[in-house]
Amino acid sequence: MKYTFPLAAVVALVLFSWVGASIPGMQYIFGIVVPYLAMGLFLGGFCYRVIGWARSPVPFKIPTTCGQGFSLPWIKYDKLEAPLTTSQVIARMFLEVVLFRSLWRNTKATVYKGPKLTYESSKWLWLFAMLFHYSFLVIILRHMRLFLNPVPAVISNIEFFDGILQIGAPTMYLTEVTILLGLFLLLGRRFFNRHVRYISLANDFFPLYLIIAIVLTGILMRFFLRSGVDIIAIKRLAVGLVTFHPTIIADIGSIFYIHVFLVSALLVYFPFSKLMHMGGVFLSPTRNMANDTRMRRHINPWNDPNIKPHSYAAYEDEFRKDMVEQGIPVEKPLTAEESAAAEE
Amino acid sequence: MYDGGKIIPGLIIFVLFITFPVWYNRGNAGAVPQPELPKKFKECVLPYADMRAEHMQLLNRWRDQVLRTGDWGFDVKIGDTMYQKSLMNTCMQCHTSKKKFCDRCHTYASVKPYCWDCHIAPVE
Ligand code: HEC
Ligand code: HEC
Ligand code: HEC
Repeated sequence: MKYTFPLAAVVALVLFSWVGASIPGMQYIFGIVVPYLAMGLFLGGFCYRVIGWARSPVPFKIPTTCGQGFSLPWIKYDKLEAPLTTSQVIARMFLEVVLFRSLWRNTKATVYKGPKLTYESSKWLWLFAMLFHYSFLVIILRHMRLFLNPVPAVISNIEFFDGILQIGAPTMYLTEVTILLGLFLLLGRRFFNRHVRYISLANDFFPLYLIIAIVLTGILMRFFLRSGVDIIAIKRLAVGLVTFHPTIIADIGSIFYIHVFLVSALLVYFPFSKLMHMGGVFLSPTRNMANDTRMRRHINPWNDPNIKPHSYAAYEDEFRKDMVEQGIPVEKPLTAEESAAAEE
Repeated sequence: MYDGGKIIPGLIIFVLFITFPVWYNRGNAGAVPQPELPKKFKECVLPYADMRAEHMQLLNRWRDQVLRTGDWGFDVKIGDTMYQKSLMNTCMQCHTSKKKFCDRCHTYASVKPYCWDCHIAPVE
């Protein structure tokens, strides 16, 4: 169920846009209205989620440390795993965002003969994630050639290096291969790794299926279902969208509308799903806080300012009589008068 | 997180980044390229729309046929004339200017076919 339901959802999206975009006149809906709506929902939803997180209090200082924290100056501490200063936190965040450093620590429990239990770091997840995310980034940057006019040299250079193998015409891009590899490995991991399969849900499979469908329709459009894929007309539409004068100047093949519809679906799905880890990684208190609880007091923003700190000394003053009565040891004995009063 | 001083600027940078094409083009979509069509001829190898979308695949097929099977055949019929499977001897006979024809579209779409590293474009 959790494997097939999301697949059926993606197939339904494909069929819907395929049939929809073949109806005369509907091209304006699928080529213009849907992308605008999707982009609006993406940006609005993204900001809504981030602002929601920004407004949530962090009651405790909760950085996850995985190394020696700072204690005494002559004890060496781990600057990345238990960062003390802001610059160390920034370095830790940078490595996390850019190199997915915490996936390097993806430990896997294995039982060997003996029985001996080991927790070894399994680097595969890190490798698949790097392959997928960086291919996706390059693909998005490459697509900018369709949105920017004139095309800046950076974008042409990315395209050049991506197509450096010069296989066929239109040239094959390296990232087409690496993103599919990354995606199928990430999907395969969810199917074949028993532990991961057990904890995977429909909403883990859906984005994978959806992105695979986007990549496949893109590849089909570029190499196999080329008829009607007039890049000049497509670029006119894309540039039109970002300059707010969209026009569709030719009959573009349905595969293009399917591709665009799936991308729109991804944009809409993005802010309301686990894909928000793109913004969330920056706002994780477990990553973006310094491990300095012993140097700086973290004030819980929830604290009611009317509730004043109550020290033990004050507490004992308040309850000393009852404490003595109950036989609880006290630091400061009752005064003579108080004990006289208590006697009665 | 109550850290608006950092989160809000970060969010603004993100939104500006995502909407970069809007700022870059500044409302100017630019002209659709108008490749200069041959005046003496009426037809191309394939119908017009197919030529626009699929000419690179046609060239790729020709290249493979010529170089892999040695099939140089003069079997491309356009109108009443037979043409060879060739980039220079066919396409560039009718489309005599690379700059005014191929390049106009290619610059717009940011494609730089590497064919001209070896094949010689008509002298202009
Ligand atoms: C109607 C505009 C147009 C004209 C005219 C045109 N092209 Fe293209 N050509 C394109 C587009 C758009 C692409 C990119 C397709 C893509 O990226 O999927 C392309 C791609 C190519 C490619 C594949 C390049 C690559 O590396 O992927 C070759 C080869 C090519 N064109 C050759 C030619 C030649 C030769 C001429 C002149 C006889 C020509 N084209 C004229 C629009 C045009
Ligand atoms: C017999 C002369 C002739 C030959 C040979 C020829 N073309 Fe054409 N080509 C034309 C004509 C004429 C048109 C305009 C067709 C029309 O308007 O229907 C055209 C149109 C095109 C277009 C579409 C241009 C546009 O404005 O969108 C492309 C791209 C193109 N040709 C590429 C090629 C390529 C690549 C070759 C070689 C494989 C080639 N042509 C060979 C005569 C020729
Ligand atoms: C490394 C140099 C080189 C590059 C780059 C190159 N070619 Fe060629 N091409 C050749 C050679 C050599 C021949 C064979 C010529 C001969 O046998 O007369 C040839 C032949 C061809 C032929 C058939 C013969 C003819 O006269 O045209 C076609 C079509 C062709 N190439 C298309 C292309 C296209 C399209 C591209 C770009 C995507 C391209 N070539 C890039 C070297 C190159």
